[in-house]
Amino acid sequence: MDMYLLSCAGGATRCGRSVTEPPVARSQTGHSPRIIKKIHRHAIRTTENSDVSQLNEIHKTTLDNGLTVVMREMHHAPVASFWIWYRVGSRNEVSGITGISHWAEHMLFKGTPTYPQGEFDKAVAREGGVFNGMTWIDFTTYFETLPSDRIDLALRVEADRMVHAVFDPEEAELERTVIIAERQGNENNPEYLMGEALQAAAFQAHSYHHSVIGWQCDLETMTRDQLYGHYRTYYTPNNAVVAVAGDFESDTMLARIQELFGGIPAGPTLPPFTAQEPPQRGERRVTVEGPGSTSYLEIAYRAPRATDPDYYPLVVLDTILGGAKGMSLWGGGASNRSSRLYRALVEADLASDAGCGINSTVDPYLFSFSATVREGRTLPEVEAALLAEVARVMDDPITEAELQKAIKQTRAQFAYSSESVTDQGYWLGFSELVADVSWFETFLDKLTAVTVADVQRVAQTYFKPALRNVGWYVPANGQGAPPEGAEIGHAGEVEHADEEMEAQ
Amino acid sequence: MMDLHSPASALELALPSSKDILRQTLPNGITVLARENWSAPSIVVEGYLQAGNLDEPAELTGVASYTAGMLSRGTRRRSFTEINEIVEAVGASIGFGADRYITGFSAKSLTEDLDLVLDVLSDELRQPVFPEDHVEKLRGLRMTAIAERENDPRQMAGLTFQGLMYGAHPLGRNLLGSRQSNTAIGRDALVAFYQTYYRPAGMAVAVVGALPAEEAVAKVAAAFGDWTGERPPRAELPPVSWPEAVREGRVPMPDKSQSDIVLGWPAMRRLDPDFDAARLANTVLGVFGMMGRLGANVRERQGMAYYAFSRLQADREPGIWLATAGVNPANVDRAIEAVLVEVQRLCDEPVPAAELEDSKRYLTGSLPLHLETNDGVAGTLVDLEWQELGLDYLLDYVARIDALTVEEVQAVAQKYLRHPHVVAVAGP
Repeated sequence: MDMYLLSCAGGATRCGRSVTEPPVARSQTGHSPRIIKKIHRHAIRTTENSDVSQLNEIHKTTLDNGLTVVMREMHHAPVASFWIWYRVGSRNEVSGITGISHWAEHMLFKGTPTYPQGEFDKAVAREGGVFNGMTWIDFTTYFETLPSDRIDLALRVEADRMVHAVFDPEEAELERTVIIAERQGNENNPEYLMGEALQAAAFQAHSYHHSVIGWQCDLETMTRDQLYGHYRTYYTPNNAVVAVAGDFESDTMLARIQELFGGIPAGPTLPPFTAQEPPQRGERRVTVEGPGSTSYLEIAYRAPRATDPDYYPLVVLDTILGGAKGMSLWGGGASNRSSRLYRALVEADLASDAGCGINSTVDPYLFSFSATVREGRTLPEVEAALLAEVARVMDDPITEAELQKAIKQTRAQFAYSSESVTDQGYWLGFSELVADVSWFETFLDKLTAVTVADVQRVAQTYFKPALRNVGWYVPANGQGAPPEGAEIGHAGEVEHADEEMEAQ
Repeated sequence: MMDLHSPASALELALPSSKDILRQTLPNGITVLARENWSAPSIVVEGYLQAGNLDEPAELTGVASYTAGMLSRGTRRRSFTEINEIVEAVGASIGFGADRYITGFSAKSLTEDLDLVLDVLSDELRQPVFPEDHVEKLRGLRMTAIAERENDPRQMAGLTFQGLMYGAHPLGRNLLGSRQSNTAIGRDALVAFYQTYYRPAGMAVAVVGALPAEEAVAKVAAAFGDWTGERPPRAELPPVSWPEAVREGRVPMPDKSQSDIVLGWPAMRRLDPDFDAARLANTVLGVFGMMGRLGANVRERQGMAYYAFSRLQADREPGIWLATAGVNPANVDRAIEAVLVEVQRLCDEPVPAAELEDSKRYLTGSLPLHLETNDGVAGTLVDLEWQELGLDYLLDYVARIDALTVEEVQAVAQKYLRHPHVVAVAGP
């Protein structure tokens, strides 16, 4: 369960490239879902000249106990995906308990009286399903995707563990070392180390300051009772959203949700959230030193929340600068070789990879750029070239052709995302979480309404030099020098170990 | 459980089979597979041709993937920039990747843009020009990828494992290659590799999406039908031998936080009669639920690792059965021990009937999930063709898995996992 870096959550976490925060979802397939960076985008209209079936409409309801339910029927395949979202993430954490939302998420896989430790995963797997949990800055979410005649299992386990997770003290202790191992696995990745440091520099008062997994010292000292208290506070129907997509009848599904979740009493009022980041007064720079011979650059600007009108022109800007982003949870993003950043950095032989991404978040978060410095080039060279591209969108309007291309690319990504019930379930719930499900339905319309002038205005507003946060990963072995003893003549693709190979 | 044998079951209707896959072989030896899916206005084209890294000269390891990377770098009709612009402008994507026997390709677009995508794909496969400046550009990207690999314990553990397992055997060749080989590969070598091995005979193309199947086949025939030729016969692969003693390799990476372990044994080919039993045994060992018995032991009971799972890789060539985990450097030996204990148990003790039934149900029940999207179906069609499984393989699949016995699972574990293992560790 993890993917706490769920970049997708809207975004470019470690900034921009449309890739692949590597591993680590605890899906029972062992797959490593690649989380695409950004993924905002929504709503499907079919394309002009296709006679393909339209997506069914979205149903939204709120139960008496405050639980919000959003549903979309999709009958193209005999599968369904059930999601439950809680409005709690690292955003709701204070110093001393950073990482508590993510750890609590792990504990929801550690058993209830009805499904003791290990039984839940087996129950879903034996029905041919996949499951996972994810924690992000704004939310914690769980899903099961199953053959549609077995989806009821998902409703039963999620209703059960909204209330009855045990948080056994011994299990909590065992999970402490698992989570520390997870953190140490991340630390092996230079871009993770730099991204975490840059995020901390960009936010001082707001809890977006710390990474979702939390600081090591808090992971070493947090207690079972703190974890359980967090669970009891935030896991309530009035703080949750159910999203279902797939092969079911909405009336029947809603009745069953009412039956299983309707009796759970609403929880008390949630703790108030008051943090606001003060204005940034000047550029901030962060350097992280570590092993390796490759340098990495990340530049992040404060960006508006997903519900802000300026968000849409920034999505256009993101698409033009860094390419369209795939919307699938399971990878397969679009290429970005015709984007401005690729041309200015990769085609110019300065970087081996370059991209950007805007996050879709509850509070204002970040628009991030990133680049991997090509062997033989330097961080200052790459930074200068990247900032020149940023200056260009501030100084000169984009073209109408670029705008139309960004819209068409997004339209295609929407169409692709309608093939998968899991992706649809994700987007329905995500939208309701950061905004309202209409955010998803109207996304393409809002994007279509963006003008060339809007795009230049937001570039000038958000990309001011004084508002940037610049991160450098400076490798111990410098530019281009191979580390000692690193020459390996042959060997393997055990990378493939991450992927399920058989197509049955 | 759904009755998978009743003719009207929803699952059976959803499974691709000879009833709804149109398969035609063109006169030039290209096999085209098409299946309609009208759920979204999108389409996927996926396939392969018969050129892989087993065809590489030993000193030019990486030339197969380098060649694949050059296909998009310019053709007789279009420059790199033009290709990128026209493909991305419509939200489409086209990609290539080399494997051992084959080079695969995959494209995705809205249905309305399929003609454009096929035109570019055919252009890239049939008329690449290998511009000198792009040979150098791509070399720089590959060298950076090698540098990043050298700083990634997970990749270094995998690389070291492969070296220990295969030594100088062709299966030990890395797809990306080494610094040395990537320095040695010049434009001439790329062109020579392309001209020798990129031929239509033996190629397969699957088209899945919102288009009538006959139309899909006709479009592929129009794009590739007049291409002719055949690659030279393949060299026979030398046999893979079992390690006679445990082989162990450690890559010190002192400034890292975590160590990655890859441990494994030689396995069988995909078409080997042992494959189904081994796949089921592997599901028990390191897949089912939360990474199977390995997850239960290493992660859940001992809290040692965030990930610990096993995989069975089997293709035309003999495969590998491996386990992998990421652990605190202090726990490396304990984690290896725990993996070996679970492997031993799989060999020594029959899998309890209920546990085996769970894994069977997972293997069969999860089929619809793999077949939901165009990508999933296209990948399946290509796999059926490449592995020579037959169009109706999926219809028999459930019965094949159901028929496996506890004894067969134990016997296959004993046959493959009782040999000395190979293990590689990279980290502090």
